[in-house]
Amino acid sequence: MVTARNLSKRFGEKRVFDRVEISLDRDEFLLVTGPNGSGKTTLLRVLAGLAAPTGGELELPPREVVGYLGHEPLVYRELTPLENLHLFGRLYRLPERGERIGMLLERFALWDVRHERVSTFSRGMQQRLGLCRVLLHDPQLLVLDEPFNALDVRGAELLDETLVDLRGRAVVVATHDPGRVERLATQRLAFA
Amino acid sequence: MSYLGDVAALARKDLLLELRAKETVPAMLLFVLSTLTIFHFALPRGTGHVAALGLLWIALVFTALLGLTRAFVPEREQGLMDALILAPADRSAIWLAKVLAVLAFLGLAELVALPAFAVFFSGVDGRTVAAVALADVGICAVGTLTGAMAVSSRARELILPLLFLPMAIPVVVGGVGASAGAGGRFLAFLGLYDAVFGLLAWASFEYVVAET
Repeated sequence: MVTARNLSKRFGEKRVFDRVEISLDRDEFLLVTGPNGSGKTTLLRVLAGLAAPTGGELELPPREVVGYLGHEPLVYRELTPLENLHLFGRLYRLPERGERIGMLLERFALWDVRHERVSTFSRGMQQRLGLCRVLLHDPQLLVLDEPFNALDVRGAELLDETLVDLRGRAVVVATHDPGRVERLATQRLAFA
Repeated sequence: MSYLGDVAALARKDLLLELRAKETVPAMLLFVLSTLTIFHFALPRGTGHVAALGLLWIALVFTALLGLTRAFVPEREQGLMDALILAPADRSAIWLAKVLAVLAFLGLAELVALPAFAVFFSGVDGRTVAAVALADVGICAVGTLTGAMAVSSRARELILPLLFLPMAIPVVVGGVGASAGAGGRFLAFLGLYDAVFGLLAWASFEYVVAET
């Protein structure tokens, strides 16, 4: 699903990461750890296809099967959850998306607020909606950057359950709190 | 049809965001009315119609710039460009939808600006209206592309005018020429500008939003 050989990324003279090797298949879970500013986010953007590496070889699946959650939930705050998910469902060419949207909103406890603007939500609720957006098109490669950020206890539990359920997919999670997903990891990459 | 459906969905989203936030159109209306009022009092009595038309075009270009400055604000503030460009939809659909939305906002501002110009200065004829409509297409096509270039930059408020205004000079030349009398030739020039720069902007948007 993802193969990276001798991958490197630089911004001008600044080296972000160097000689990264990844071979990630379905049912595998890559845990990326490291302190803030160590290059985790940049690596995840490269693996999501949002940024090009400076050197090395990288094989990624087509972008329609990639789901990416960054530091922001990546949803429109002046739209409602339903409007957001229908917009992205349309862009991902999902037929019959109403049922899947309903299922995700139920799963992440957002069904009751589906007609309310996202700007009225807490940060944790926005993050849960961001997770709905990521999972909407049933991606085969999930790239999640600090997905537990801002989630309350219930939200974190829902995400835990979701990650456990993600069989048949490749998952990359970056976090500076690895304890939460350590048990799921099949591979680890630590940045200094 | 899929492509046009994507464009329609994205444009609808931009119109909905403006309808709810009401940040861009009121600012554009206030700006263009204030500018025309200032010009009205700044111009000496007896100033010719052609000079007034020149000021109308200045007001319209800067009103458009105001709208363009806000065009990518939701995507920038919430990092949404990442989510949009990851979707399998053609990336040029993002540009085309934004062009349509800015065109709608600018058109609304002009619905107020042209009658206001007629009140403050003199009436506008059909040639001027046609020139404004053609100019709007070029302004929005080029402006949306430069807006996307500027949005990822730290000095975006500075970069957008620096990129956009030089490219808007031919629009002003064509617009003033068409409304000042030599209609057909300048209208054709504006149409050609729209076609060439519209096509270039449509084709190059994908590379503008791709991070290297």
